[in-house]
Amino acid sequence: MVRLIASGDTAMVVEFGETIDRTINARVMALADRIDETGLAGVVELVPTFRSLMVHYDPLVTSHATLAEQVRQLTDSLDVNHRHGRLWEIPVCYEGQHAPDLDDVARATKLSTRDVIATHTGEIYQVYCVGFLPGFPYMGDLPAVLELPRRTSPRLRLPQGSVCMAMRMTGIYPIESPGGWHLLGRTPVRLFDRRRADAVLMAPGDRVKFVPIPLAEFDRLDAAAAAGTLALAPREAA
Amino acid sequence: MTASLKVIAPGLQTTVQDIGRIGHQRLGIPVSGALDTTALRAANIVAGNAPGMAGLEMAMSGPTLEVMADSVRVAVAGGTTELQIISDSGETRRVPPLHSARLVRGERIRIGGVAGSAVAYLAIEGGMDLPPFLGSLSTYVRGSFGGFEGRALREGDVLPLAAPGAVERSEVRLGGLELLPLARVRVVLGPQHDDFTAEALERLVTTDYTVTREADRMGLRLAGAKLDHVKGHNIVSDGIAPGAIQVPGNGLPIVLLADRQSTGGYPKIATVASADLPGLGRVSPGARIRFEAVPVAAAEAARRELEGLIAGLAARLEAVGGDEIDPEKLMSHNLISGVVDGGG
Repeated sequence: MVRLIASGDTAMVVEFGETIDRTINARVMALADRIDETGLAGVVELVPTFRSLMVHYDPLVTSHATLAEQVRQLTDSLDVNHRHGRLWEIPVCYEGQHAPDLDDVARATKLSTRDVIATHTGEIYQVYCVGFLPGFPYMGDLPAVLELPRRTSPRLRLPQGSVCMAMRMTGIYPIESPGGWHLLGRTPVRLFDRRRADAVLMAPGDRVKFVPIPLAEFDRLDAAAAAGTLALAPREAA
Repeated sequence: MTASLKVIAPGLQTTVQDIGRIGHQRLGIPVSGALDTTALRAANIVAGNAPGMAGLEMAMSGPTLEVMADSVRVAVAGGTTELQIISDSGETRRVPPLHSARLVRGERIRIGGVAGSAVAYLAIEGGMDLPPFLGSLSTYVRGSFGGFEGRALREGDVLPLAAPGAVERSEVRLGGLELLPLARVRVVLGPQHDDFTAEALERLVTTDYTVTREADRMGLRLAGAKLDHVKGHNIVSDGIAPGAIQVPGNGLPIVLLADRQSTGGYPKIATVASADLPGLGRVSPGARIRFEAVPVAAAEAARRELEGLIAGLAARLEAVGGDEIDPEKLMSHNLISGVVDGGG
């Protein structure tokens, strides 16, 4: 059952469910595509999230009532093709200073650090949603053996590139930020770089595979990224 | 020589803002933009600009800027904030809010205290010559992007201007526009009003809330009656509309403003009507506000009314003399204003 709920007079939530679920997320993405194709008057921007699509609109051009009718028609005839977004291979250093929570995670999950890394790098994750910070990808699903609640005390500063996990999610901090997730490693890839034409690397619907790299390789790639010369192309196009 | 304004004193938190960076929330880019878009648009109209052009947003105390251009025209708007023009010789002219003023090289613009509102705006005729990021000049300080080097102004900054000098014309003023903080704020319930108890929904609209010191461009933390959740305070993150009122575990609402995140994981009990957001952007810590629930259609109508008012502002401009205490210029101001009135 799809629910259409007002969030003030400039946004409408189209809610497909209340849980994190790839089928629900696929319907969210499919509706975003349909609205884009249809070009509904007054729609300003679409924000797909795990389980709902936020439709930001201009109340001078359309109204909640008009939009609700149009969106209802689109959801009733929604054709969900599980389209694949781009596949990114993201190098991650799971060593030393870059992996401050690795030992804690291993202890809490009763795995060796080697197994934590193997499990984390063994999946292809889905970018369910980009939010929280400019370019922060919420990715899942983390294998159940790694499921842990957030840290009890959030850190005030996580460096840019921090690869983190909590619950059944994994993410990458595009910029330095406070955060409560567990820090498994760090990538030299800039998920947000305003010098690039596409400042934000990942979009909702993309897929991500983590690849472990040693410290020396991290340093080499990090220097290139800082200089703006680290070119990262998706492993597979959309 | 390029035209610019040199920052002699930056003010407490002076940032470049326009009406926001629209269209990139799906990639986690906040909209940002002016907290009080009505004041920014009014200042621009008075300065002779398109209403949505970027200006300087000032909080608490404004900057002192030295004119490094042949001439420049500016206007301030926000509460009762006025600007002072300090000449080379140290003489001071006062310019009321919503009056344009022309300055020449070496003169200084000083905005001492931002008064009668949490924020005020300085619009500069022709705007600033800064590179837009994703189509906007709005500064997002947390992300270090937009505006002037992605940050608030500092002493010694040189702000490049787009126009070499001010257009030759008489100065104008805009009367009858109040830019004061709102005490009654209309909201539309939802999107997660079902996550709250009936008592919580009742309290939201029948008790006063006080703006705490934790008030910034991202949002206003409020103190007052606690709003209890029915089923916990974590939801799977979803989109955040401007003015969304989220309620974390402590039951105290936070109204999310310009620099809000694009998504978030706390239930949102209600969302402020877009017509009331500029007025809510004006409130300061200690202010008391009362929410009033309205249907979404009423909020949409209120917004259309606000836009109608703003669209009519340019026609309400009246010409004034550059220096109000000079009798000769007062006379010419009367003549000019007669011409404008005659022309409708």
